Amino acid sequence: MSEIASNLELNCEGLNCPLPILKTKKAIDSLNSGEILKMTATDPGSVNDMESWAKRTGHELVSHTEASNVHTFLIRKR
Amino acid sequence: MADTKKLAIIASQGTLDWAYPPFILASTAAAMDMEAVIFFTFYGLPLLKKEIDAKVSPHTNPAMPMKMPFGSKDFQSINWPVPNVISGNIPGFDNMATMLMKETFKKKGVATIEQLRGMCQEFGVRFIACQMTMEVFGFEKEEFIDGVEYGGAATFLEYAADADISLFI
Repeated sequence: MSEIASNLELNCEGLNCPLPILKTKKAIDSLNSGEILKMTATDPGSVNDMESWAKRTGHELVSHTEASNVHTFLIRKR
Repeated sequence: MADTKKLAIIASQGTLDWAYPPFILASTAAAMDMEAVIFFTFYGLPLLKKEIDAKVSPHTNPAMPMKMPFGSKDFQSINWPVPNVISGNIPGFDNMATMLMKETFKKKGVATIEQLRGMCQEFGVRFIACQMTMEVFGFEKEEFIDGVEYGGAATFLEYAADADISLFI
């Protein structure tokens, strides 16, 4: 898979619900439409939560990958 | 989005454990581009005070796990059985349980109530304080944080009538 460049990185590792979502919202607000946010989290609940959040807000969850319990999400701002 | 969803919450409990759900749900709703209102009434009202002094009481939560936030993983998973006759009668037991809960939450990366409340305000969640409860319990507006609205049952219901989600907590 080719690496997609991100415009902003957000580290939510070690944080629990609902902080990864709240911090993602704040980060996405600071971006322009079409820009990419890369968020990393260790909360296993963030996988389903990020999907729901993206569905609701209309931002695009471009990809989700997991490596040694760290989840990486790429989100494109709508 | 054209059709903005609305969340209406009544926060009626002021202990540390019950303080979480209203602020978690309202801040998350706002993060999901929904409108959110929390109406604070009865014991929920002190959650609007500048300094939140919420405690947890194991005595009134018989199913509450009593666990230690330190030590090995096995030690931390032990559920300490504390009979009500002890938890309800030992002075300072609630303070100890509150300290343990706060410490556990911190270790698990859970936000504090103050942090969640601040994010609610930052995201535009509206806080309405029940005027009647203020009179009954003798609270003054000066004791509360800035940005609070004041009203009664009709104020809440006017908003809740058009809400998509209504919760009594």
